[in-house]
Amino acid sequence: MSNQAFVRTEMLPEQHPPATTVGVIGWLRENLFSGWFNSILTVVSLAFVYYVLSGILPWIFQSAWNADSLNECREIFIATWGSTEGHACWGVVNERWLQLLYGFYPSDLYWRVNLTLVVTLIAMAPVLFSDQAPRQLWYVTAVYPFVMPWLLWGGSIWGPLMAAAGFGIGYLAYRVLVPVAGSLVAVIGAVVLPILWWFALAGTVAGAIQGIIPIGIESVESRQFGGFMLAVLLGIVAIGCSLPIGIVLALGRQSDLLIVKALCVGFIEFIRGVPLITLLFVASLLLNLFLPPGTNFDIILRVMIMMTLFAAAYMAEVIRGGLAALPKGQYEGADSLGLNYWQAQRLIIMPQALKISIPGIVSTFIGIFKDTTLVSIIGLFDVIGLSNAIRADTAWNGIYWELFAFIAFLFFIVCFSMSRYSMYLERKLHTGH
Amino acid sequence: MTTLTDPPKESFRLSMLIYDTRYRSLTIQAVAMLGFMLLAAWLINNTIVNLATLGKPIDLGFLGEPASYDINQRLLDYNSRDTHLRAAFIGLINTIVVAVLGCITATIIGVLVGVLRLSKNWLVAKIMTVYVEVFRNVPVLLWIVLAMAILIESLPAPRDFRGENPEATLSFFDTVAITNRGVYIPEPLFSNSLGNIHLFGDSSLRFDVSLDLVAILIVLAASIFAIRKVTARAARIQAATGVRPKTWHVNLAIFFVPMIALLTLLGFHLGYPALKGFNFQGGTHMRNSLIALWLALSLYTAAFIAEIVRGGILAISHGQTEAAGALGLRPGKTMRLVILPQALRVIIPPMISNYLNLTKNSSLAIAVGYMDITGTLGGITMNQTGRELEGVLLLMACYLLISLSISAVMNWYNKRVALVER
Amino acid sequence: MKKSVFFGALTVAGLVAGAAAAGTVDDIKARGKLNCGVTTGLVGFAAPDANGEWNGFDVGVCRAVAAAVLGDPKAVEFVPTTGKTRFTALASGEIDMLARNTTWTFSRDVDLKFEFVGVNYYDGQGFMVPKELGVSSAKELDGATVCIQTGTTTELNLADFFRSNNISYEPVPIETNAEAQQQYLAGACDVYTTDASGLAATRATFENPGDHVLLPEIISKEPLGPLVRHGDNEWGDVVRWTLNALIAAEELGVTSANISEMSMGTDNPEINRMLGSEGNLGEQLGLSADWAKNAIMAGGNYGELFEKNIGESTPIGLARGLNAQWTNGGLIYSPPFR
Repeated sequence: MSNQAFVRTEMLPEQHPPATTVGVIGWLRENLFSGWFNSILTVVSLAFVYYVLSGILPWIFQSAWNADSLNECREIFIATWGSTEGHACWGVVNERWLQLLYGFYPSDLYWRVNLTLVVTLIAMAPVLFSDQAPRQLWYVTAVYPFVMPWLLWGGSIWGPLMAAAGFGIGYLAYRVLVPVAGSLVAVIGAVVLPILWWFALAGTVAGAIQGIIPIGIESVESRQFGGFMLAVLLGIVAIGCSLPIGIVLALGRQSDLLIVKALCVGFIEFIRGVPLITLLFVASLLLNLFLPPGTNFDIILRVMIMMTLFAAAYMAEVIRGGLAALPKGQYEGADSLGLNYWQAQRLIIMPQALKISIPGIVSTFIGIFKDTTLVSIIGLFDVIGLSNAIRADTAWNGIYWELFAFIAFLFFIVCFSMSRYSMYLERKLHTGH
Repeated sequence: MTTLTDPPKESFRLSMLIYDTRYRSLTIQAVAMLGFMLLAAWLINNTIVNLATLGKPIDLGFLGEPASYDINQRLLDYNSRDTHLRAAFIGLINTIVVAVLGCITATIIGVLVGVLRLSKNWLVAKIMTVYVEVFRNVPVLLWIVLAMAILIESLPAPRDFRGENPEATLSFFDTVAITNRGVYIPEPLFSNSLGNIHLFGDSSLRFDVSLDLVAILIVLAASIFAIRKVTARAARIQAATGVRPKTWHVNLAIFFVPMIALLTLLGFHLGYPALKGFNFQGGTHMRNSLIALWLALSLYTAAFIAEIVRGGILAISHGQTEAAGALGLRPGKTMRLVILPQALRVIIPPMISNYLNLTKNSSLAIAVGYMDITGTLGGITMNQTGRELEGVLLLMACYLLISLSISAVMNWYNKRVALVER
Repeated sequence: MKKSVFFGALTVAGLVAGAAAAGTVDDIKARGKLNCGVTTGLVGFAAPDANGEWNGFDVGVCRAVAAAVLGDPKAVEFVPTTGKTRFTALASGEIDMLARNTTWTFSRDVDLKFEFVGVNYYDGQGFMVPKELGVSSAKELDGATVCIQTGTTTELNLADFFRSNNISYEPVPIETNAEAQQQYLAGACDVYTTDASGLAATRATFENPGDHVLLPEIISKEPLGPLVRHGDNEWGDVVRWTLNALIAAEELGVTSANISEMSMGTDNPEINRMLGSEGNLGEQLGLSADWAKNAIMAGGNYGELFEKNIGESTPIGLARGLNAQWTNGGLIYSPPFR
């Protein structure tokens, strides 16, 4: 009614926000200089980053790639920069990188190692990316345990085939015996027959068939394995073989059977209580003593056995965590359906428990993988062992940082990508609830 | 009328061992036990047969023979004429020293980094992320070797301190010598020392305890006890009257006066390192091998602890922070009084396993020549005597003992802080 | 029941393997390869090259033995061993012989039950110091920091030396030569001690070798040689006489260059007996008649092996010294082939 002139009737035009709160400056103010304390922190951090990079970057990039010996590197440094300080001699990596990756594996057979890696990735895909990978890939996973050793060690194809046949025999025995003698006898038969087959017959039969139909590829002794490939192989074997043992141990630890539980707890706590290096000492010094006189199998297999036992204890704890994380309703639901213990485990508990354990399994794998460097202490030529051997070459005696930098880089790449994967998985599992 | 009849007497049949749930668990356990004992018997039998073939019966006698090698880093007295057992004991002490030092620093660095990773300062958070990722994803053996190499290459050699215009000088007002052979810090000396108690006589496990240290510890404990009494009294008065009496000057006096009196009585003074001959003499010498191992183990483990701490803090619901804010607590106090105590419950269990890992990783000391128990008993002793079986088994037993004690202590602590559920 | 069958089978398999292990020569022939323990890498003595081929002075001995037994110097499986694992590897039969610059000592021979078949390098523990320290004798090293490579007899010798001279020192035990070298160059220790051959080899790779001196004291005797297990004397004889053949060949002037000519027969009956054109020494060893010829052809005689791997023409540049033939005032001496 009355004209109230002091009330604005039209809106003011929008103004731009102050220049200090948007764009680069705004971001800087918000994130780096939001107070005097933060500003000091930022300046100190910048100085630190500069200090580190100014030391490392010139060393990495003002370097010699094409040199056949340390002395040649030094000559190049003197000719180019006038001093030998602060320059990397990458010539050693240039000359030896294949050896650092594959060890002494015959160079014309590198493709087999590469193929194994590809097969490994394919076989792991259905486990790691269960919702995206096609279901057919499970077949690859199933045959992988037989293909991998054959590709790496080579030799007759009949060996792995006969080993696989053991499982077939077990299955057949179960099928045949169930209607005849009941499930218990069938289970015992399904366990005992394959064992008899493997220990008593498989070798002879494989040899005989090989005599008739020789199919095979050039065999490579495990002594020739080395370098980064050895680390990957030891990691995969240890994790792969320890999974079933770990499941059994975890179930044993949770069971009500006193003696079974005590045995499992004793094993787990013993292995987790001693450092891996002592177990490797056992592999290199004692394992032959524990076996029947005269048995002698090579050091890489012995290390694999001990690393598997080592990984199994940690795996058991991871899986126990998965079992404990399942809601009690799942167990009760299984009981109410009238499932017995094994049916419940197989159909309800384990599939879920394993799925939530995968991030833990991946971090166990990263840990084992990093721990494989310890085998250099017992004289195996993994990357670190090889780096020592390379330094024993007269051409490269005295080289130090370059090899370690290269090794650290290799490990970082692999472990970092795996830990990213594990984080992705955790996020996925988290949102699933 | 009705005659009670017993239920038909069930005769025990062999199949009941399997099909009757009352007996089945017994059967399974018996089979498991039998299998385990067979396996153990088989292994032991093999070992005995093998050792007999080699002509090396199990014999711990080698532990009593003179070790004939020297150990540089040691807290207790030792010389090359002492027994292998003594050398192993010195190594065990060294393992414990580095494990304890490592756990303490790893916790400090880890908590700091974990909190800083959540900092609002973008640069600081990113640097901490890079630190965590780099250290977690490279084997600890490499870090140990690299730490040693960096210390050796970047620090001045003792010979640089020599001459008219030395290239390097002592740090901290001429009291600390930082060299690439280690750090020499001033050592506490007592002119009226009370002497030592010699425990265990002349045996290989002999152990000298400084009475000065014991006296200081007793006075310290007494002071702390008195301070707690005073504080408790202040709290009682506050509860009764609402006014809290000032206690800080009393507390200060209780803490410092007896301690200063004791130190004066003992004639406490510091011994400073000085360059004599090839090396610095005087002061306490912390060798490079110890520092490198300590540094590498703490930085490596701290990266894991940082993640645990960060996870623990993130696990506390945001409502807690907001509630603390509503009560008017500042961010620092919120962290200290509200978030961390709750996060601790999530943090402690994985922390235990990281402490265990650090202790076990300390066995990599041989890579830098720190003489821990793997370096003495599992290293030179085993090399010289050729007693692998006894050596490795003793080594495992020692580590098992350490691990089990750590878990026991930490589990006890965990029980104390755990939430009591009703 | 089934369990016992299984274990029984394993035990039988074990017994068979054990029985087969009795004759090492037959084992090697059946296997077609010699398993030879070497170091994980020591400049000049054993190191793999970029193709994974092993080279070095100790490796030469392995190749010679493989050539003598199997006729093929390449038929060797090199098993790298550490100071800790070497004796276990030999005792357990994982390797047939150990050629890993191992010092011949009483306790290794008697207590650990090994048989040293001879000496292929006479070494001794020495000291290296920077010239600028102005030290001319190890007895002036009171209070010095000493880098030692562990896992050998070095730390024992050192402890004994300093103790008997009543001077103090600060030992810095180090696992590998590379790290010892790095610490020494950075001044983290005043002195580096290991076998004199190792010192010379290490010094040769320094940027300025002239800035470092080897002290005159050699504080220990380190006869390094190949060794085998106790209890298989035939095999011990094979390794011993292969080594002796290399040594005798140098003394008698048989080289890899003239051996094919000499094996046809010469005026010297000892050469003829050794190379198999006369007598039946090979047969007595259970080998072929041309065993010594093969061994010498593998890498040359002792002198050639020395010159090629560690001699003065190599970067390592070791003088023959004690390792000259006895005719030249050294200790290298082979019993006669008769």
